[in-house]
Amino acid sequence: MTGSRRFARLALLRLQVELLTFFRTPDQLFFTFLLPVLFVVVFSTIFSGDIQGPPGEPAVPFPQYFVPGMIASGIVSVTFANLATGIAIEQHEGLLRRLAATPLPRSAYFAGKVALAFVTSVLIVIVILAIGVAAFGVSLPREPAKWAVFAAVLFLGAGSCSLLGIAYTRIIRSAGSAPAVVQPPYLVLQFISGVFLQYSVVPGWLQAVASVFPLKWMAQALRSVFLPDWIGRDDYGSWQTGTALLVLAAWFAGAAVLARLSFRWSRGQG
Amino acid sequence: MAAPPAIAARGLVKRYGAVEALAGVDLEVAAGEVFALLGPNGAGKTTLVEILEGFRRPGAGEARVLGEDPARAGPAWRARIGVVFQSAGFFDVLTVREVVAHFASFYPAPLDPARVIAMVGLDGQERRRLKHLSGGQKRRVDLALGIVGDPELIFLDEPTTGLDPEGRRQLWAVIRQFAALGKTVLLTTHYLEEAEALADRVAIIIRGRFAAQGAPAAIGGREEGRATVTFHPAGRLAEAPLPPLPGLERLPDGRVALATAAPTRAVAELARWAEALGEPELPGLEIRRPTLEDVYLRLVRAHDAEADAAAALPAGGSA
Ligand SMILES: Nc1ncnc2c1ncn2[C@@H]1O[C@H](COP(=O)(O)OP(=O)(O)OP(=O)(O)O)[C@@H](O)[C@H]1O
Ligand SMILES: [Mg+2]
Repeated sequence: MTGSRRFARLALLRLQVELLTFFRTPDQLFFTFLLPVLFVVVFSTIFSGDIQGPPGEPAVPFPQYFVPGMIASGIVSVTFANLATGIAIEQHEGLLRRLAATPLPRSAYFAGKVALAFVTSVLIVIVILAIGVAAFGVSLPREPAKWAVFAAVLFLGAGSCSLLGIAYTRIIRSAGSAPAVVQPPYLVLQFISGVFLQYSVVPGWLQAVASVFPLKWMAQALRSVFLPDWIGRDDYGSWQTGTALLVLAAWFAGAAVLARLSFRWSRGQG
Repeated sequence: MAAPPAIAARGLVKRYGAVEALAGVDLEVAAGEVFALLGPNGAGKTTLVEILEGFRRPGAGEARVLGEDPARAGPAWRARIGVVFQSAGFFDVLTVREVVAHFASFYPAPLDPARVIAMVGLDGQERRRLKHLSGGQKRRVDLALGIVGDPELIFLDEPTTGLDPEGRRQLWAVIRQFAALGKTVLLTTHYLEEAEALADRVAIIIRGRFAAQGAPAAIGGREEGRATVTFHPAGRLAEAPLPPLPGLERLPDGRVALATAAPTRAVAELARWAEALGEPELPGLEIRRPTLEDVYLRLVRAHDAEADAAAALPAGGSA
């Protein structure tokens, strides 16, 4: 078997085991899928009003604004948070050591992890969209160009956040502390990136901080897909879709380097 | 020309802060040999084994395992090696069959997973998830994962700890089976009878140093040291005075014992003495060499005494 065919076979086998593990762990399923769903339901129910536009423009129902942000946040959850937590636990409980003792190439292990992150990203997008459309009347875009942006954000966002999750395991010191180390930055980013509220409400200096990280750009680009241009002008000056995709692509490349430099295959011994 | 050794290490040193886990260890294990490492808790067995597996870096010294430096060797080398850790986490939600088959898929020429599961005595448990297995059953999964790649060289760090007697025998059978195929085994154990039953050679490691090394029957001077001759005089032998052999003594239970460096001569003289009294046999005759356990405990105690003496010295004494 050639090298790349062997790699593809092993990465696929890893993905299969990752998926089995994922779907057999109810806690993880709950936090991954139910939490964003709960957020969509609760926020869309509480803030059921409209966002008023300039004269001549129809008002936008709040769920239409909230759902794309929640999709961005859901993608970060299943990529960054899930990978960082999952890998750290495997690292500190000695599961990674077991794999490291076999001829499984490291790259196949990571390919399996990133593939899992992509599969779960697609699933969470489908789940949130389905609820948004069915329960809260969210309307989907018609133009293919918008769907192309959607796909690009999904790809670049999931990719860069997966790699960031891998790199982030470096600062997790034990299996038990993993969620506590992973969740706070994710939570803070959700607030300052305007996921739960309108971005224009976030103070300028926090917006500046949020602009460094992928989540703000993911939410912004996804909103551009679902919302009229005047919201982009109100909230962001303009949608800046090109800039958003560039920033995400840059994060993708940077996170790949970061993951490569910072990851330790096995830890806890010299 | 002799085959190159499976394992060759020289001057291995590993320090953890003030602890010298390995203080200069030389080890050579021939291809096809079963080698057992014995030693008290914290002696450095796991440290040594994991350096040879490539999971720890020695502070000094060098190691070659199957001709490569374990710290640098790649997947092709890993494919020739099996590892059973002293402890490692489990893929809790996967079943026995899934895990063993998954690991088999990493190797170029694995054993049949179903056969491996049977070899370690887990047949009937294939569909159970690992988190539901007992401690000993989990240990068997460890073993299955260690051998499923059909390695040339297997590292087993306390493989039978936690196994029931039958499980231990099963593992012994697996190790013998592997050895019969010309494979090399390096195992650690706290069970001296296990080392004796399996190993071609054993080393006793104490405080990071080899205190003795050799065939289990000969280690620590077992073949040359003093043996104990005992017999149970009855009938005429009980009434007659004992022959004038130095060191001969009566035990409280009525037996007679003699610790001697020349047991053959002692038995010959005792036989002549008995014959002269009209008894052709020495009832209950035994010649006992020190057991591996005797040798082990003697070495460990000697080192403890040495360490205590060193600790009693004023500061500045050599460590
Ligand atoms: N990662 C580590 N960090 C600090 N000290 C360590 C580390 N690993 C081992 N040591 C120390 O090195 C010494 C040797 O430990 P090692 O695990 O090799 O012993 P062992 O012979 O395998 O013991 P056991 O029979 O209990 O398994 C011990 O004093 C231990 O405390
Ligand atoms: Mg040990």
